Amino acid sequence: MAEYKLLTEHFGTEGLQTLAVYERTGGYQGLRDAFKTFTPEALVNEVKTSGIRGRGGAGFPTGTKWSFLPKDVQLRYLCCNADESEPGCFKDRYLIDESPHQLIEGVLIASYAIQSNVSFIYIRGEYHDQRLLLEQCVEEARAAGYIGKNILGSGFDCDVIVHGGAGAYICGEETALIDSLEGLRGQPRLKPPFPAIKGLYGQPTVVNNVETLCNLPPIVLRGGEWFKSLGTESSTGTRVFCCSGHINRPGNYEMLLGTPIAELLDEECGGMWKGRALKAFQPGGGSMQVLLPEHVQLPLDMNEVQKAGSSLGAGAMVFMDTTTCLVDVSMRLVDFYEHESCGKCVPCREGTYFESQLMHRLEAGLATPTELETLTDICSNMDGRCFCPLGDTATWFVMSAYKYFREEFEAHCGAGECPVKAQAASLVA
Amino acid sequence: MTLSAETRQTIEQARDRYPQPRSAILPALWAAQHEIGHLTPEAMTEVAKLLRVPPSEVEAVATFYSMYFLKPPGRHQVIVCINISCALRGADDIVAHLERSLGCASGETTTDGEFTWSSTVECLGACGGAPAMQVDHHFQENLTPQRVDDILARTRGTGHDGERSVLGRRPRGGAGHRG
Repeated sequence: MAEYKLLTEHFGTEGLQTLAVYERTGGYQGLRDAFKTFTPEALVNEVKTSGIRGRGGAGFPTGTKWSFLPKDVQLRYLCCNADESEPGCFKDRYLIDESPHQLIEGVLIASYAIQSNVSFIYIRGEYHDQRLLLEQCVEEARAAGYIGKNILGSGFDCDVIVHGGAGAYICGEETALIDSLEGLRGQPRLKPPFPAIKGLYGQPTVVNNVETLCNLPPIVLRGGEWFKSLGTESSTGTRVFCCSGHINRPGNYEMLLGTPIAELLDEECGGMWKGRALKAFQPGGGSMQVLLPEHVQLPLDMNEVQKAGSSLGAGAMVFMDTTTCLVDVSMRLVDFYEHESCGKCVPCREGTYFESQLMHRLEAGLATPTELETLTDICSNMDGRCFCPLGDTATWFVMSAYKYFREEFEAHCGAGECPVKAQAASLVA
Repeated sequence: MTLSAETRQTIEQARDRYPQPRSAILPALWAAQHEIGHLTPEAMTEVAKLLRVPPSEVEAVATFYSMYFLKPPGRHQVIVCINISCALRGADDIVAHLERSLGCASGETTTDGEFTWSSTVECLGACGGAPAMQVDHHFQENLTPQRVDDILARTRGTGHDGERSVLGRRPRGGAGHRG
């Protein structure tokens, strides 16, 4: 159990960002093996065997996603989703910063498996330095014959294009990402058809997260069965958890799935800061429901966390100590969704607006108890009724916080100030 | 023509690389913004011509994404994250400090034209180094009011480095990545 370095084994090696050092640590051996050992179809099956589920948030089995591509359409595309902008999430940036070629190798292996001859890495605009780094590494890989025509004499051609976004959380949603890549406003498309049938430029398309793709070299080298032996039955392998908030050592930690959350918190993160106790935590980023201290006994397992009413989502763990006001945190997250709503559908565009107005009144202590009912009403009219998950998830944190911390929400009504902050201030004074 | 020959060439190269030319709108707008500092109507029209799409479509894209400037910003741009992880570690103090130090509100430009700064609810992806901000696209993490002052002083009067080489350089923010 505990920390297990599958993707991060060589991180910190001087010059790992360069092709020469990456190759010295065994880099691009996975790609060579993929060409030598597997037909594209066998590779899809190997990844299915590994049981790996997408690391971007939804946790869909990667091999299954690949197998949805229609066999009779030759022109296909792979898009790597590096539009990481989930609140609390910073692992994709870490994976790119530390070992950009690992991602490029993953992109090439996936491209070979699904037979994509032009593949894209869509990276968020704010990751400017990371985009430049990837662009340079793509050119380095091209010069070495890993990208281009007849790669390593395999007969397989693949170009890789690094595409920078320009500030829009919604582009992390796969169909909005595709729209953005086509040079449109990044707004989600109606599904079905799913991207696997009709995606980029109307062709079958696979969208995979950065971390998912980084797992492909080890899966190829050591086999799907071996990968499956790591972690738990429903959550195989490792995951990189982005830990932040009121902890002693914030950072990214790669953990074997199945490890208790408490172990991640106490041993890797150094426990809660300032000797304070844990009040609540978010196990999967801003979109996911809040959990309580008792839930740290849960294993890092996608199904187990789901059973507890939340999700491991994009792997972002945000820990909050006893001084935290859950109304304030809810307000900030609601503000985020209000700002990032693309405006395409009414429940999200209008719902997040009213949610935000109400949360600001509540945090300022100006709301009435009736408005809490209105909040519940707005949220229940949004969840499940929005065009894409952005609007649905805009209600999950606030509703779960209201469920667990109802008294705190009620204490704000008519208080004229934030009672949690007022109490903290009186303790200092 | 508004754009330099070099920028036009960058845009044409991007256009020819994608399976469909309009995919190059985002990179083309970046190239135009890096040259001029913001997106003028003339620059957007020129981008449209180079990519063979109607100007209205380029403008529709430019107005959707938050990182494109439609009016001139200050020489340096500062974005401070106020989302959950940064808020838990004192982002509000950093925002208040910036407001005092720069003498203008979020979204505004200092009177000397050096800085445009804003707080943003869009998580910057630097939660491990919270509170964090970006100055001219580069991450600055584990901020304290003193550190903010040092960074501003270092940045003031220097040029915006825009696009630059990063290969071989250890990524910054190591502390943010690992505890």
